Amino acid sequence: MAAGPFLLRCVRFAWEAAARPTSVGELAPVPVTLEAMELTDLPQMDPRVLKATSVKADPTAPATAEPQALKITAASSNPKMFTLPWEKPLATWPDELLANLPRGISRHVVRFVHVGDSVYAMKEITRNVAEREYELLRRLEKLELPTVEPIAVVTGRHTREGEPLEAILVTRHLKFSLPYRALFARNLRPDTAERLIDALAVLMVRLHLAGFYWGDVSLSNVLFLRDADAFSAFLVDAETGDLHVSLSEGQREYDIDLARTNIIGELMDLSSGALLPSEVDEVEVGNRLVERYHSLWSALTDVDSFSPDEMWKIEKRVNRLNELGFDVDELEMNTTPDGNRVLVRPRVVDAGYASRKLLRLTGLDVQENQAKRLLNDLDAYRASTWRQGEDLEIVATDWMREVFEPTVRMIPAEYRSQIEPAQFFHEVLTHRWFLAEQAGHDVPMVEAVESYIASVLPKYKLDASVMAAINADADSGVIDDERTFDTNTYGNGVFDADGRPAHLRADDDDDYNPDDDPDAAVWSH
Amino acid sequence: MAEVVFDHVTRIYPGNDKPSVDDLNLDIKDGEFLVLVGPSGCGKSTTLRMLAGLEEVNKGRILIGGKDVTTMQPKDRDIAMVFQNYALYPHMTVADNMGFALKIAGTPKDEIRKRVEKAAEILDLTEYLDRKPKALSGGQRQRVAMGRAIVREPKVFLMDEPLSNLDAKLRVQTRTQIAALQRQLGVTTLYVTHDQTEALTMGDRIAVIKLGILQQVGAPTELYDRPANVFVAGFIGSPSMNINTHPVINGQAKIGEDTIDLPREAVAKLTAEDNGQIIVGFRPEDADLAVADDPNAFSLKVVNVEDLGSDGYIYGNIITDGSAAEASTMMSDQNKLTTVRVNPRALPKIGDTVKIKIDPTKMHLFAPSTELRLN
Repeated sequence: MAAGPFLLRCVRFAWEAAARPTSVGELAPVPVTLEAMELTDLPQMDPRVLKATSVKADPTAPATAEPQALKITAASSNPKMFTLPWEKPLATWPDELLANLPRGISRHVVRFVHVGDSVYAMKEITRNVAEREYELLRRLEKLELPTVEPIAVVTGRHTREGEPLEAILVTRHLKFSLPYRALFARNLRPDTAERLIDALAVLMVRLHLAGFYWGDVSLSNVLFLRDADAFSAFLVDAETGDLHVSLSEGQREYDIDLARTNIIGELMDLSSGALLPSEVDEVEVGNRLVERYHSLWSALTDVDSFSPDEMWKIEKRVNRLNELGFDVDELEMNTTPDGNRVLVRPRVVDAGYASRKLLRLTGLDVQENQAKRLLNDLDAYRASTWRQGEDLEIVATDWMREVFEPTVRMIPAEYRSQIEPAQFFHEVLTHRWFLAEQAGHDVPMVEAVESYIASVLPKYKLDASVMAAINADADSGVIDDERTFDTNTYGNGVFDADGRPAHLRADDDDDYNPDDDPDAAVWSH
Repeated sequence: MAEVVFDHVTRIYPGNDKPSVDDLNLDIKDGEFLVLVGPSGCGKSTTLRMLAGLEEVNKGRILIGGKDVTTMQPKDRDIAMVFQNYALYPHMTVADNMGFALKIAGTPKDEIRKRVEKAAEILDLTEYLDRKPKALSGGQRQRVAMGRAIVREPKVFLMDEPLSNLDAKLRVQTRTQIAALQRQLGVTTLYVTHDQTEALTMGDRIAVIKLGILQQVGAPTELYDRPANVFVAGFIGSPSMNINTHPVINGQAKIGEDTIDLPREAVAKLTAEDNGQIIVGFRPEDADLAVADDPNAFSLKVVNVEDLGSDGYIYGNIITDGSAAEASTMMSDQNKLTTVRVNPRALPKIGDTVKIKIDPTKMHLFAPSTELRLN
């Protein structure tokens, strides 16, 4: 080993060198950051971020900057967008346009809308917030982070009478995804909360590595996709976020602390509604996030130190990261000045190790744990057909044709929008294992699929009353919809001598009757 | 006591030559509502985030209640960021929605109840403490969210453009409520906004910041009546101040064919760097129509008039002789038009040329070289 410090950067240790990184996290030691959304002229910023969108939110623009006529800035060229009733408040859009899907808690009116063959999520918010969030989501999308896909910002909305309406942010509904409340509405395993937390910790670490400060981490601001026995989390609400070149410890710690508080609050709420299994300790689950986050962050960013004859430890470190679902795209190795120690740390890591491998072999684009399960089944198929010597690519093609596709073709039509094929396949494999254990011998795949469809799959259906309850909950936090409060009782901001709003004397709402409430329009859908 | 002190605080982002916040010295007194205002990118949010512990401080110190918090983690600073889209929990009562964070922190039950009841009283939510959010109006829901921050009884409230995601109606109402609440609670507050109207209507004092440098700190009337420099003069007030550069001839400002008197002490402060020029500013309400032969007035060609019933406004171009030395440089943001508030019953017509006289006691004079106030 040469004396004195040296630095070696190894590009992509993992074997699938051709794959593109799915996320880039430069783990610079010095936090680099910038004022919100002022990203131009910053050479440190990823160029994909700088060119993400033409929308530039300007918080200082006066109200008069609102376009006089309807303006749609869209990332998708769906012509049906122009046929929607933009002149109506979102809460009054006709039922036939709406997709009845479970929604998360929001302070704003949110609806799922059929637009041609797609389902879009529409959120009614002020123009500046809509533009800012669209801009941020576009940038996160370019960094290939797990977020919902922004479709459009619609501004310049007016009623037929010419009254201005708030802007609408349009995102694509993430197929098969569910808000956490919908997951708890079903009879689920007691460890559901923990599995959601683990997914959220991975999401937070990935976003933080990319320089995204969230500012409002909570289960409500995330959508979950089933991912084999785990979940994958996707960011859905970026209203309070900021994209920086990298984050300070203070920013990360603030996000973690707020996440913990919000998660515990959300679980306490489920508990109040008797929706949480009684054995779940809310505070413990909240603490688990902090612990999971730190352990993952440390695995991805810590510097390892070992002697020059222990170089095999580098491989161990890389394998450990692969197990966690990350590739090491760039590794930095330094020696101490005396040459006795080697210091190693990953510089760039990418999530999606297994899913990229599966994508390359089969063209299937699935979640990370699903990919692991499918790759395992592919390995088993290869062994059971005595084809270890053959190219994996060729075996994979046969496995697709003979095993995967025939199985997922058996998903009954009514469930095709409820369960992802890869998840179905995974669950059938698990079910087959249980059947085999009970029977004491192997069970054919067809038999396993039939049994699974009959006995397990029905749990995927949300019944109508549960759906209605979830969406009523979702709307009961809306604060900024005209129909959520009566302006006559809300008053005009006049305060009495005590500094209290003069219109809000205690007796104002004494005879409150929810049935008469104009808000009812918001939560009856 | 929770006074906040920024002591020579500087923040330079790596890769940048210029500091985003440069040697900031600012005291927020105990219980004070201080509004930090400035245009986009001026460093106001960076300042708030440094106080919150979200941004590192490169130089200087930050003190809260006499304690140095410069390197402390956000959660240890006893601050509350207000209005970060608090969600309301549908199955929890209003009381639980407000107090659950205290429960997590291990605060005793009776203490939680006491604080929640106190906050509810201030927010006029006492009657609703046992209700669920569903049975509240939008405004009440909004106040429950405020209650969540209040019950923490932090040393400092931080608010970063808290009204930006509210629609126009709710914004005006909430603005008034926040200001009134803060006065009742007496919690030291740093409020960041780009909107000078918010600053003028809400703050005990306003700090104006531009390109990372603090321009002036003072009560709203102080900033309005005696702006320390051209930037503050143009930024504070709506409609904004008329600001133009004019040649100084024989101790008078030459405006087109006309001259107006200037106070001798102000003219005496001009230096060679000012190239014989002076910046004259006046607010639309501090000038009036004058008679045609008034020796201390200037001519304005009227291009637009507005009759608002209670007030009239005229917008016009100052008539110059076209020479380079007299080409006025407009420094405010009113499409280069000079604005004057007049009696709506005596509005001139578009196309008229009128004489305008500035109230000499309300004239704002600045040196072109330094842009600092002269009078």
